[in-house]
Amino acid sequence: MNDLARLIDACDEAPARQALACQDRGLVRPILRRRPRGLRDMALLLSPAAGGLLDEMAVVAAKHTLERFGKARQLYAPLYVSNYCSGSCPYCGFGKQEGLVRRRLSADEVVDEAMVLRSLGMRHLLLVSGDDPVMADERFLAEVASKLRPSFSSLSVEVPSLPSQGYETLVAAGVDGVTLYQETYDRDAYEKYHCLGPKRDYDDRLHALSRAGQAGVYRLTAGVLLGLSPLALEALRLMAHIGYLQRTSWRSFVGVGVPRLRSVPAGFEVPHPVSDRDLVQLMLALRIAYPDLGITLSTRENPLMRDRLSLVAATQLSAGSRTEPGGYRAPGAAADQFRIFDERSPEQVAQSLQRQGLDPVWKDWDSCFLGESTWRKPTGL
Amino acid sequence: MEDSLVIAGRSFSSRLLVGTGKFSSNRVMAEVIAESCAQIVTVALRRVDLDAPGEDMLAAIDRKRCLVLPNTSGARDAQEAVRLARLARAGGLDPWVKLEVTPDPRSLLPDPIETRRAAEILVKEGFVVLPYMPADPMLARRLEDAGCATLMPLGSPIGTGRGLKTRDAVGIIIEQAKVPVIVDAGLGLPSHAAEAMELGADAVLLNTALAIADAPVLMARGFRLAVEGGRLAYLAGPGGESPTARASSPLEGLLA
Repeated sequence: MNDLARLIDACDEAPARQALACQDRGLVRPILRRRPRGLRDMALLLSPAAGGLLDEMAVVAAKHTLERFGKARQLYAPLYVSNYCSGSCPYCGFGKQEGLVRRRLSADEVVDEAMVLRSLGMRHLLLVSGDDPVMADERFLAEVASKLRPSFSSLSVEVPSLPSQGYETLVAAGVDGVTLYQETYDRDAYEKYHCLGPKRDYDDRLHALSRAGQAGVYRLTAGVLLGLSPLALEALRLMAHIGYLQRTSWRSFVGVGVPRLRSVPAGFEVPHPVSDRDLVQLMLALRIAYPDLGITLSTRENPLMRDRLSLVAATQLSAGSRTEPGGYRAPGAAADQFRIFDERSPEQVAQSLQRQGLDPVWKDWDSCFLGESTWRKPTGL
Repeated sequence: MEDSLVIAGRSFSSRLLVGTGKFSSNRVMAEVIAESCAQIVTVALRRVDLDAPGEDMLAAIDRKRCLVLPNTSGARDAQEAVRLARLARAGGLDPWVKLEVTPDPRSLLPDPIETRRAAEILVKEGFVVLPYMPADPMLARRLEDAGCATLMPLGSPIGTGRGLKTRDAVGIIIEQAKVPVIVDAGLGLPSHAAEAMELGADAVLLNTALAIADAPVLMARGFRLAVEGGRLAYLAGPGGESPTARASSPLEGLLA
């Protein structure tokens, strides 16, 4: 077992478990006045005791967010390239189900979709696919990235885990970010929900972001799907993973996403639902534990939640999202992954941020970072 | 009294440089720049959309009054920094660059080796190079030898607002430098800026302290006055400190 796996497992040992169950606010308050250190401090931030200190946590979190990120909040859009999936996760709209309309866009169709987003102001794209390594292989993704690169400042992918060479191929094609959620760090739950396809391999997935970092990927985004396993321990393991990535992939900017499972396919019941209050505590704990962490908030949350959390913790927001391939040009033509709870357009999200005294940032990267091959003469100033 | 800041033969009456990140809006940023009287405004190229001129922060800067100084924020090595600088020049900006090479996105501390490497290349290509650097007097000599137009040692890590924690090293850099020394990063209060100027810095550069203040424009005025005050004190020649009381005149009590 390697360092990362050992670290994740240590979250389930007695000292961390005791801290996760802490009811004594007096043990949490000192951590709000200094930099949290080690698993015990992280666990205390996730404890019931900390849950009684949300207002105090929000003040600390907001201060960290302001100091590190100022008033800028970055906007991006997901672009689904394929909904083929070899997995069978019962909570996902792309799982193996009868009668699902499957589609993989051609590279040119991806560009057409992307241009719709560009016309709305988007310069940061997240290319998403179902977990099918054949339908979303690195060669296809590299082709897509090469075509998009002249028109977009930043390209990230949320696709099946890849070997090191796969990530190197994507970096060479212009991909600067990889989002890959472990979904759950609970090995038993993981095994239960991932019984088909390459995603079955927990440890391969666990180490994928490290491989991406070594391959030169700038943005690494880890995460869990909240609701698959008891929240506190799941969150602590996520925090341990973040700390590991920051130490070992130190040239990369580490971020996190913590989407809640809310609308799920018929027949599946979320085993450990996460309340609004729980989500807020987790976001605050993440910010306090890691002041420089990128925190993404997707359209799985409603406008009020996204607006409020942007003030204290979240730094990146998707906007105007469609979760089916081809959905920007032809909504509803294929099966979508999940229901959107924030239907506002990118412009409306931007205006809402501005009303709160925040600056919506459409561009905060340049493809020219990644090599001479991407350099292009600008159209002028 | 004529007291201009001269960089690469170009004169500036203001000794306060301003960054453009982290503001709540371009409008606030423009008001801050105006109130600060800054004549050099640095812009992260990663934030500029060269394909959409007029729609981003560049449009909010009065370029008749201010030199837009592109910076290479986000560059992790010399190659990336050089590419960004070339992109800016190709886009029509003056061939000036604030060189930032910060491979660790958490600490944002400058990489001395890659900074020096990039400086050499850019100077040879005709850029006026203003390097953000650790407060290391030996590195300062090396960057001067490479032909940099200024030295920009950090006061403390970016965004921390902790002030001139590198005072002793910055003092040595100022003493030995043949080019202007601009204290960059970490200044959180006007008193920090005044301290740097009293020490003999030629200018200071600010961003976070202005952008995240409750009233950024008011803070800009505070910093402007502090920079002017600190500069005047430096020019006036401070009398220094003494562990014991000193009479106003050394002859007091000697003559009737």
